[in-house]
Amino acid sequence: MWKEIVLLVRKEAVLEWRQKYAINGILLYVISAVFITYLSMGAGKGNLGVPVWNALYWIIILFSSVNAVAKSFVQEHQGRQLYYYMIASPEAIILSKTIYNTLLTLVLALLGYLVFGVVFGNPVADQPLFLLNLFLGALGFSASLTMVSAIASKTSNNGTLMAILSFPVLIPILLMAIQVSKNAIDGLDREINVEKIVTLLAINAIVAVSSYILFPYLWRS
Amino acid sequence: MKTYWWKILAIVLLAYTIIAGLLIDVPRLPILNETIRALFFHVTMWFGMLLMLIVAVYYGILHLRSGDLVHDDMSVEFTNTAILFGVVGISTGMIWAKFTWGDYWTNDPKLNASAIGLLMYFAYLVLRNSLTDVYQRARISAVYSIFAFAAFIPLIFILPRLTDSLHPGNGGNPGFNAYDMDSNLRTVFYPAIIGWTLLGTWISTIRVRYRRLERKLEDKLINQ
Repeated sequence: MWKEIVLLVRKEAVLEWRQKYAINGILLYVISAVFITYLSMGAGKGNLGVPVWNALYWIIILFSSVNAVAKSFVQEHQGRQLYYYMIASPEAIILSKTIYNTLLTLVLALLGYLVFGVVFGNPVADQPLFLLNLFLGALGFSASLTMVSAIASKTSNNGTLMAILSFPVLIPILLMAIQVSKNAIDGLDREINVEKIVTLLAINAIVAVSSYILFPYLWRS
Repeated sequence: MKTYWWKILAIVLLAYTIIAGLLIDVPRLPILNETIRALFFHVTMWFGMLLMLIVAVYYGILHLRSGDLVHDDMSVEFTNTAILFGVVGISTGMIWAKFTWGDYWTNDPKLNASAIGLLMYFAYLVLRNSLTDVYQRARISAVYSIFAFAAFIPLIFILPRLTDSLHPGNGGNPGFNAYDMDSNLRTVFYPAIIGWTLLGTWISTIRVRYRRLERKLEDKLINQ
């Protein structure tokens, strides 16, 4: 099982590396999105309030990760999917896609953080907590988005469906992540965040477990 | 017409809810006053919605296990009725909020959670309509409805408890807590939950029967 997952994750990475346009496209997407917000806010370094900084950052991460993960099941065509269906177990497939998408979302988030920090200034006081929260957020995002993209890939207009199916499911994760990241920016005492981080972990676990259980039924059809 | 006793029970309980709900003596709490009667018509909607979503998820699981369309009918119609209850719950809540909090919509965690929950289930309906094959539609929407329910639970049970809500009984507001929920209120509140849920079940079963008749007719037309 683990060997299978490692192999599948490697396959995803190799595939991505071969067709570089997808990953480059999404990286460019993040940068342009940050730049558009920068220009529309008309704000230089430091005159953006913390809540606004935080909200804008997470909204950009939300939209870019929806776009990045949306392709995870439509990128390969039907024939190859049938091939995977025969050689790999559905559990291994959903886990490997989730792990790969977590890495991808994390790369996006870090890149977004870097560019955001450069143009808007970096107000974060508690870096380790902010990064931990970023990791947990990426994990939750990718766990739910992978499942939703599997559902949306079965339909004809999957762009719209991807958005409307995933946004409500993502909101609890987004809310928790935004609150923790706000506290991390303000550099508040870490004790306050323990409860929220545990909640975030619990939501991630619920989403990941339910997609692990449900995916085999989806894969079969 | 094998078992219709519960339909009579539903009518009796709802008649009792409406008559007693509007006439009994209610405790006079600050801010709430007479609007405490919303307990019987607004709060019960959420209980009914949740119970019906649980039934829908149960039939969704049955469908995934058996692949039988009969279970899918039940699942989708209970979800539909749950959405109806949710819409009624949110609109009654908005009217109530206008008179007690002074605004139709406030940034209250419970309001936001219920609105997000409704968005989730509206998306479920859009998903169903975008799939054409009956079996595929049934399977995929069952998967999504279980997934959405799993995401809905933390939304309504955990998140509102982490932040203070304006709702009665939260954040020091007077409300229906165990100690100040008058036993008078209970005598109407619990029957009201049962009554509204039975009404929802009734609506769902009628729609399920309609759906099955429709399918039978379609099969007949195709196979003639």
